[in-house]
Amino acid sequence: MNGERRTVTVDNRTSLLDLVREHFGLTGTKKGCDAGACGACTVLVDGHRVNGCLTLAVRLDGAEVITIEGLSRDELHPLQQAFIDQDAFQCGFCTPGQIMSGVGCIRERHTGSASEIREWMSGNICRCGCYVKIVKAVQQAAKGR
Amino acid sequence: MFPFTYTKAADTRAAVAAGQRGGRFIAGGTTLVDLMRETVERPDTVVDISGLPLGEITTTRSGGVRIGALVRMSDAAADRRVRNTFPVISQALELSASAQLRNMATIGGNIMQRTRCTYFRDVSAACNKRAPGSGCAALEGFNRSHAILGGSSQCVATHPSDVAVAFAALEASVHLLGPDGERGVPFTEFLLRPGNTPEREHALRPGELITAVEIPAHPRPLRSGYLKVRDRQSYEFALTSAAVALHLGGGVVRAAKVAAGGVGTVPWKLTAVEQRLLGERPSDRLWTAAAAVAADDAEPLAHNEFKVELLKRTVERQLRVVGGTR
Ligand SMILES: Cc1cc2nc3c(=O)[nH]c(=O)nc-3n(C[C@H](O)[C@H](O)[C@H](O)COP(=O)(O)OP(=O)(O)OC[C@H]3O[C@@H](n4cnc5c(N)ncnc54)[C@H](O)[C@@H]3O)c2cc1C
Ligand code: FES
Ligand code: FES
Repeated sequence: MNGERRTVTVDNRTSLLDLVREHFGLTGTKKGCDAGACGACTVLVDGHRVNGCLTLAVRLDGAEVITIEGLSRDELHPLQQAFIDQDAFQCGFCTPGQIMSGVGCIRERHTGSASEIREWMSGNICRCGCYVKIVKAVQQAAKGR
Repeated sequence: MFPFTYTKAADTRAAVAAGQRGGRFIAGGTTLVDLMRETVERPDTVVDISGLPLGEITTTRSGGVRIGALVRMSDAAADRRVRNTFPVISQALELSASAQLRNMATIGGNIMQRTRCTYFRDVSAACNKRAPGSGCAALEGFNRSHAILGGSSQCVATHPSDVAVAFAALEASVHLLGPDGERGVPFTEFLLRPGNTPEREHALRPGELITAVEIPAHPRPLRSGYLKVRDRQSYEFALTSAAVALHLGGGVVRAAKVAAGGVGTVPWKLTAVEQRLLGERPSDRLWTAAAAVAADDAEPLAHNEFKVELLKRTVERQLRVVGGTR
């Protein structure tokens, strides 16, 4: 978990999302829908972006999980900085999920054009409608890659 | 979510044995966990099959492609052999769900996903699929997204998968492992229409595990593609969709494989459209004439009459995209 080995005993109904929020106190990752339909819970598991709400925590024995809190250590991650530079959020509720998804999107190399980014970031809903600037932020971070 | 026992299957044999005892397989979990949280699904035992060796994509001797049941949607879509041989499969996958979900969800789980009918998902509503004999709230309710083909007086829920439409078009088969060994089922017989038993959705026998989906070789060159029409551009299920594969030779259509999604209680093979195309010279007129029969058997409900025309136009457009404008 964010570079640290953690051992916990949880009810096997616990989702990865509830594990990080309720058990580890890492509340950056958000719960929007709890049904795979919004992307607010996006984290990286073994390097891949996934929905924490549909992942049972008991299945992650030995897995490497990165949440928004573990994305970088001292400085901001380039995509976090890009979100600030591009003013890519309003209320901020979707932002941790957008950033984790954006990191995945850049790794997967789906940043060839604005429309490609829009399609490959469509798993993250922003109710404030910051999509235009989110695309710009992902473009900015992808350029510096 | 109701309590359950969680186990991990050590090998396929153990998985089948656990399945026979009533255990429910979990692969990517994107359907199962969601429906367990809604208490639509209430398995006593959940059997994790993610450690089983079913994650390979191979080319078959005859030139087809075999996709292991545990291959992630994202990996299947990106696979070079799948992309080159059957672009319709890659396109159907990449137009499904979201990048995150595709990183989790598997091919076996995808074809087994349950309907998105809101009455099925709402345990307080009447639903013959979820609670046999309780009635179907969709018949008299809001049925805009429901099926116009293959429904019954018991159920009109659509099968929501996109890649299943491509599998139906390409006449894939499903490889199964059960207590009595292996068997194969044609894809078009794997998923069942509701009839009087809407709770029976597939041909799996107790304990049977899907090991792979195999797409047979088709005459080459085979052009193919998938068109999905929906209420928003992305991250949405199909209102209508069309999977089309064509082999043109000697100036005529030599092979035509066509199926539709979003409109049927199962992925809908459009045999009449295929027949209309065979042996004909490709032309815009042909695409229009063939697509015109796509919805011949349609029985629209109060709120989805629009799907009849939309289906024809979806098929026509995709025939033109794949077959070319002439
Ligand atoms: C918000 C959202 C949007 C979506 N949009 C789309 C879309 O646009 N298009 C689309 O096609 N899909 C869509 N989906 C559905 C998604 O593709 C499926 O949930 C997924 O493919 C299921 O695969 P899984 O591996 O996660 O299955 P699981 O949830 O693990 O399993 C599903 C079912 O299959 C059974 N099962 C799994 N593997 C096997 C096996 N090997 N043998 C026998 N039984 C097995 C399980 O027991 C269970 O009953 C969407 C899902 C969500 C949540
Ligand atoms: S909380 Fe997981 S997708 Fe919405
Ligand atoms: S910034 Fe408010 S939901 Fe995206």
